[in-house]
Amino acid sequence: MSAAETTTAERVADRGTDPFLKVEDLRVLFPTEDGVVSAVDGVSFSVQKGKTLAIVGESGSGKSVTSQAIMGLVNRKTATMTGEVRLDGEELVSARPEQVRSLRGKRMAMIFQDPLSSLHPFYTVGKQLSEAIRVHQNVSKAAALKQSMEMLARVGIPSPERRIKDYPHNLSGGMRQRVMIAMALLNDPELLIADEPTTALDVTVQAQILDLLRDLQKEFGTAIVLITHDLGVVADMADDVVVMYGGRIVERGGIDDIYYRPEMPYTWGLLGSVPRMDVNRSERLEPIPGQPPSLIRLPTGCVFRPRCPYHELVPGDRCDTERPELLPVSPDHAVRCHLEPAQRREIALERLGAHLEPAPDAVGTTGMEDK
Amino acid sequence: MTVVDESGTNQVLRREDALLRVDRVQKYFPITGGGVLKRKVGDVRAVEEISFDIVPGETLGIVGESGCGKSTAGRTIMKLLDPTGGKIEFEGRDITELDRRAMVPLRREMQMIFQDPYSALNPRHTVGGIISAPFKVQGVKPARGIQAEVQDLMARVGLNPEHFNRYPNEFSGGQRQRIGIARAIALRPKLIVCDEPVSALDVSIQAQVVNLLEDLQDEFQLAYVFIAHDLSVVRHISDRIAVMYLGRIMEIADAEKIYSSPRHPYTHALTSAVPLPDPNAERARERILLKGDLPSPINPPSGCVFRTRCPKAQQRCADEIPLLRELAPGHYGACHFPEEKHLIPV
Repeated sequence: MSAAETTTAERVADRGTDPFLKVEDLRVLFPTEDGVVSAVDGVSFSVQKGKTLAIVGESGSGKSVTSQAIMGLVNRKTATMTGEVRLDGEELVSARPEQVRSLRGKRMAMIFQDPLSSLHPFYTVGKQLSEAIRVHQNVSKAAALKQSMEMLARVGIPSPERRIKDYPHNLSGGMRQRVMIAMALLNDPELLIADEPTTALDVTVQAQILDLLRDLQKEFGTAIVLITHDLGVVADMADDVVVMYGGRIVERGGIDDIYYRPEMPYTWGLLGSVPRMDVNRSERLEPIPGQPPSLIRLPTGCVFRPRCPYHELVPGDRCDTERPELLPVSPDHAVRCHLEPAQRREIALERLGAHLEPAPDAVGTTGMEDK
Repeated sequence: MTVVDESGTNQVLRREDALLRVDRVQKYFPITGGGVLKRKVGDVRAVEEISFDIVPGETLGIVGESGCGKSTAGRTIMKLLDPTGGKIEFEGRDITELDRRAMVPLRREMQMIFQDPYSALNPRHTVGGIISAPFKVQGVKPARGIQAEVQDLMARVGLNPEHFNRYPNEFSGGQRQRIGIARAIALRPKLIVCDEPVSALDVSIQAQVVNLLEDLQDEFQLAYVFIAHDLSVVRHISDRIAVMYLGRIMEIADAEKIYSSPRHPYTHALTSAVPLPDPNAERARERILLKGDLPSPINPPSGCVFRTRCPKAQQRCADEIPLLRELAPGHYGACHFPEEKHLIPV
């Protein structure tokens, strides 16, 4: 048995337990004239097939750079990248660019926020789609075009035989986003990274697109990494959530952990900042004071310290000097905060009390029994 | 008080103490053909006969998807665009026909806040210069001098008054929006039209700006026209909400009612499409998916403009334009087959 066969055999044996995507201590540094920007600072997470992981954060939290790093889209001449990204066991950070390129668009694909700037304005939809097929599959132009039409139909574009002759500017925003999704799905990727896929769209179109992603995931068992700042979309789509702030993961957990048992002051701030359609509208919003941090001069201790109203509850100046570790509070739930667990639960109850219980009209759904 | 307006068409709420009254306002943009003559070949009907009123201290939200005419409506109310038809009254005075110069004194009373805080501020003027502009344009000389007044305003909106001489590029998006707000409230207006004031901001910053707008409203009895596509934000800040589709108002009612008992199928579809930041509520949420895209405002469908996407559309919807009518006290909808009351238990 050759060495290659052994690894394949091992990989098959591990597949039952190993996550499809595993990111381990990922760091991305951009040296600039003003100093080193640490955009991603020791990020670890994993996603199983058929599951959706949401990465939540504000501008500058490092969520988009994380996704570009996974896809191998970070320019290695201007950035330093360390850590591990394993796609079905295959390490990508140290891999040759050609190797990553052969996976990109085939085993892993990406949907970007702005379809107008991600589609080429000079080429027809059909040309762009069939090229994406012919890069990875040895098929004729006619066959690739036929495959493109089938995919357009599948993402809900009416009369695809006409649409493949259109240019991106002929299509509405929702249709363009569907074309992007169609392009991403052409080679049946096993991992789909969606970076703010619906931010530029109206709510009714957003609902159509999210529905489509959910159906496709059910059909193909795709692993999805969803990057967004919209907590409604996260609640709708995600199985697990990673909350990022200043390039670091500050809280990680199952969907119910993050919404019903949040333990990090930043997560409380996010949940308190969004107006909700389903509660009394006279309730005042509780914004997070201050501004997101500069990634060049990150605070030495906890990154959230300058905006955290609770740092005085921590004895000494630990929040200023000592970087908190991402410590587990339950098997799937981890938090980066110096506050004592009992303190955190008390504050969460006080701040978000009414929202920590599942909504009354959700009786009969899951989530009650693990209270 | 409700009256049927003179033409016997749309029913609207008309209140005696209205600060602003918008009566069947239209805004068409002409489409000209090629060639030297620029012959008019059609119209983009951006706003089609919208009517509403606002009383002092009230917030009217205008929601709708891109292309529904909500921003054009805001600019037309402000007289930044000339209405094609209809009447706009401010404090009982007809301002529809006033020209630019005649509008200048009225700008003390009505102001605007824009969506993009990056392009709404002149990059070559200091913050102090930007916020003092209204004083200079209107020839207002505060007793303590303009600078002291502007620094008070800066402090009021949460900016550091010492940053008087800085330029807009030195501020973050949220801070720039605060500069725009300080400029808008400088002369204590009675009405501010806010066009997507928070949609370019991060969630945590969005909440700061929403709270600031609410505080200023309480302090100065401001009336807002709050235009946005984010239903959760609009519902949070508004007293009443108008839902627009393809240039027309489909439904107008109290903010609470628009969500809890939408009567127009479009409002119902729109509110049901908003994901809730609560996983259990999400699992239980009933969704109405709309098919297709927005029709073109150049050639809108006959009858009800929403009928091409409406799950309840019938022959009558193609033949007859539905008029706004009072379906419940203070609740107006333009639909031949309105939804039943109390769809969503509150």
